[in-house]
Amino acid sequence: MAYIRKVFTGFILVLPLIFSSLISSESSDYNMPIGVTEVSESIFGLHMLIFWICVVIGVIVFSIMFWSLWKYRKSKGAVAADFDDNFWLEIGWTVAATLVLVWMAVPSTQVMVEAYDDAEGEINILITGHQWKWHYEYLEDEVGFFSNLSTSQEQIDGEVPKGEFYLREVDEPLVIPTNTRVRFLITGNDVIHSWWVPDFAVKQDAIPGFINTAWTNVPEPGIFRGACTELCGIKHAFMPVVVRAVEREEFDAFIAEKVALAEEERMLTSKVWTKDELMARGESFYATNCAACHQANGQGIPPVFPSLVGSQITMFDSNKHIEILMEGVQGSAMAAFGESYSEVDIASVITYTRQAWSNGEKGDGVIVTPQDIVAYKNRIDL
Amino acid sequence: MEATKTLRNLIGIVVGMFAFGWLLVPMYDVFCEITGLNGKVTGPSSLSQESLAITEQRELLVQFMTHNNESMPWFFDSEKSQMRVITGNQYEATFVFHNTTAKEMVGQVIPSVSPGRGAEYFHKTECFCFERQVLAAGERIELPVRFIIDPALPEEIGSLSLGYTLFDITDRVQPEKEIAKL
Amino acid sequence: MSTVVESHDHGHHGPAKGLSRWLFTTNHKDIGTLYLWFSFIMLFIGGAMAMVIRAELFQPGLQIVQPEFFNQMTTNHGLIMVFGVIMPAFVGLANWMLPMQIGAPDMALPRLNNLSFWLLPMAFGILISTLFMPEGGPNFGWTFYAPLSTTYAPSTVNFFIFSVHIMGVSSILGSINIITTIFNMRAPGMTLMKMPLFVWSWLITAYLLIAVMPVLAGVVTMMLMDINFGTSFFNAAGGGDPVLFQHVFWFFGHPEVYIMILPAFGIVSHIIETFSRKPIFGYSSMVYAMASIAILSFVVWAHHMFTVGMPLAGELFFMYSTMLIAIPTGVKVFNWVATMFRGSITFETPMLFSIAFVALFTIGGFSGLMLAIVPADFQYHDTYFVVAHFHYVLVPGALFGIIAAAYYWLPKWTGNMYDETLGKLHFWLTFISVNVTFFPMHFVGLAGMPRRYPDYALQFADFNALISVGAFMFGLTQLLFLFIVIKTIRSGKQAKPEVWEGAGDLGLEWTLTSPPPYHSFTVQPQVK
Repeated sequence: MAYIRKVFTGFILVLPLIFSSLISSESSDYNMPIGVTEVSESIFGLHMLIFWICVVIGVIVFSIMFWSLWKYRKSKGAVAADFDDNFWLEIGWTVAATLVLVWMAVPSTQVMVEAYDDAEGEINILITGHQWKWHYEYLEDEVGFFSNLSTSQEQIDGEVPKGEFYLREVDEPLVIPTNTRVRFLITGNDVIHSWWVPDFAVKQDAIPGFINTAWTNVPEPGIFRGACTELCGIKHAFMPVVVRAVEREEFDAFIAEKVALAEEERMLTSKVWTKDELMARGESFYATNCAACHQANGQGIPPVFPSLVGSQITMFDSNKHIEILMEGVQGSAMAAFGESYSEVDIASVITYTRQAWSNGEKGDGVIVTPQDIVAYKNRIDL
Repeated sequence: MEATKTLRNLIGIVVGMFAFGWLLVPMYDVFCEITGLNGKVTGPSSLSQESLAITEQRELLVQFMTHNNESMPWFFDSEKSQMRVITGNQYEATFVFHNTTAKEMVGQVIPSVSPGRGAEYFHKTECFCFERQVLAAGERIELPVRFIIDPALPEEIGSLSLGYTLFDITDRVQPEKEIAKL
Repeated sequence: MSTVVESHDHGHHGPAKGLSRWLFTTNHKDIGTLYLWFSFIMLFIGGAMAMVIRAELFQPGLQIVQPEFFNQMTTNHGLIMVFGVIMPAFVGLANWMLPMQIGAPDMALPRLNNLSFWLLPMAFGILISTLFMPEGGPNFGWTFYAPLSTTYAPSTVNFFIFSVHIMGVSSILGSINIITTIFNMRAPGMTLMKMPLFVWSWLITAYLLIAVMPVLAGVVTMMLMDINFGTSFFNAAGGGDPVLFQHVFWFFGHPEVYIMILPAFGIVSHIIETFSRKPIFGYSSMVYAMASIAILSFVVWAHHMFTVGMPLAGELFFMYSTMLIAIPTGVKVFNWVATMFRGSITFETPMLFSIAFVALFTIGGFSGLMLAIVPADFQYHDTYFVVAHFHYVLVPGALFGIIAAAYYWLPKWTGNMYDETLGKLHFWLTFISVNVTFFPMHFVGLAGMPRRYPDYALQFADFNALISVGAFMFGLTQLLFLFIVIKTIRSGKQAKPEVWEGAGDLGLEWTLTSPPPYHSFTVQPQVK
């Protein structure tokens, strides 16, 4: 028993040491990140202040407790005293506890006021949480995009080694300028999500139908990674947040490019396409991207590259046809085109293959428009 | 009987607390309105006498955000995404609704003002919020929102955002129609 | 009251034979035993779910279960541990001990008592059966936030709602019974301020229960209506508000947190005074502290939702009110330490668990204080730091209280002493594994790992592996507890009526034989 008691005492004594050495190290593997903004630094300071107050109180209370357990153990012949209250002692520690709390409350309130600032933002970004990805929209320029997890399913399933930023990487990060007051307007599309970037100390729930605000001002360029922190369904763990802070010039160039792209897209997808226009565009797309395998005459090289002429899918099943183009075919050379090419390209090449090589006469000859592809994408996003 | 009395009181508490749970719903709405919690805004309102007496004016940025919930396929947008306004003056913003589908649908718009405590200073003298919008296939309408920003708006609030979320309530309206038919 | 005594007078009968003894029993000890075994079984079911969670989180990537099932596991683990383990165990202890501690023959409403127990297996049968349905069980977290739990829930959510209703009715009936017993059946001379602290803690807990369980019933009814009858309480599309759900839920949820810890306060107070051989320090301040914790618990609920976008004034109000709770809680800890001070202390298993309770619950209290600080909570919220916090107050807090109570009163219940060596072994294994499991969670949380994640980034891998090892060890160790309990029931050194040295003066339960007679006090004792 004596041995165990020693181990126990040792454990209790060493525990706070381990804890404090881990937590006071600057490494963010054990402690809250200090972050890069003024607010995040204030919050880190507050966190450490409260932590050390707790440690000191803990050390005092536990020392008295373990000393009493040691000193007044019956095996050493301790005889119990017979007191069961002490008015002034009880008043004393109640007052002491209250004072410590006031000591904590003052800086907390100050940091709180600092973090809550409704001043106007130079850049306003609408963040929308979707199941399970984020959408970012720059309100000044009316451009936006989705940001999806880019870690492959193979990595998640352990079929290939996991990359350095496993589950913390996206196809398109949010880009913000440095030294600029950026205001975030946060909402949800379906269920409640929560947008968190630890380095900015920004965490706000994204609630459908309501808009929350947060703000940040990042002094240094860098890549900052965060996560969704409100349970939002199956892929809650698979919708990370990545923010890239860049110098103002780079940001302006990024926005200009986005605006140009959006303009182009808007023109193409909102346009009413005729069959001939789609056919012309589809024919050239086919020649560049499809003919190598499926051949210029559509006959393909069976069985590896199936023929498109007279196939059930190209003649009668336009939905399946769209699906194959968008998603590819598992376990075959057919890639998914949906992510890489525009709605217009996909629609035109589908229309082309449904018309060419007498597929149009023998089959239903359905014309697939870019709007159909948009509709398909929306359906898949559900 | 002591026990019976205790029992009666306790059952009273249980029933009372169950009722209180339901009472929290209207209480919450009132509470939200007072504190601007959640940026909840009610229907049309106008400036109070005290606010009208304030002659000091200032300029601020008002933003409009439109958002389609889930799979709502309509096109829904504001003509301008933001405008600079002077407190105490009336402004108008136009919103476009376009049912791009081939069937009649019912939409409903829910407003939210951000920051929340600015909500009570955002007076909409005319708006379409909470009203059902029934649009035939392909129909396109434009609806105005007329608003005044209260001159009493606290200095710290540098901009106000009016967010509208458009919900598809076609399915929710359907059962009511069937009931009405009966 | 007289009716109760009479109904037991016409037969100095013992328990009925066979299964019907348990099905139809109205005896407080039998029902207490049923509650305790029920919660013990649920501990292993909920624990098995925790093992599934920890096995999946042992290393990054998806290995054992898919996220869909993982979410069902986290949800049901939470629901079962809260409503199926901690609460029934405390009710079981109340059933066993309250009549014995206040000098009563039985509970005031014995038939109601039977009903409130047998509702529980029904409720949990329904809940667990959903896991085997094609759509799977509830997967929206034990806090079931709308609209994930309404519009986006699997259709089995209706079973979940029904089961929560039944649990609520069971708790309410149990609480009514407890309050009625305490108010009407105390031995002559036992004034309120002479009641044992466990009785006090349960009186306050029972009031909390009848105040908030109806609110929970209300909120799940609103969900039911939103899902099935087209109302829009929590649906923004119809003018409702998903945040309203969180407000109403936590208006129930925060008092619920104290429901799960107050009875443990009572138990630990008894054990510390017994093994310090010294009366509890500051009895009346203990009572006032518990009462003020209970009252404050109604005005702190929104500290669970600091990130939903409340106005500054609201955030500050809930921060200050939450910090206030540290005062009565601190007073209790100081009182326990002062009770040990200048005592004559021995370290039997219940005392070891109680000392660990004081130390580790205090750590949970500290992290609670840190979480109350709103700006810092922006970083802690919904991370493993929160998971560490509430497991520290619920496992080495509430569960240690229950285990300590079991060791403390088991000799009284069975008449046999438990095996002290095995008991100490159980304590040390539990103590070590509980810290290995939950302490590193503080670090992964601070470093940024959100809760309810089936898969995580690589920098959290080492700590997660350690946590899983601790969790398996903790789970296995509880099988030893099961063994000890069964062994004690079957055999062991005969226990004296007072069981623990000097305990005879500490409470009425120690004046009865071990095991006590079927009807505890047929003649009410006089309390000086």
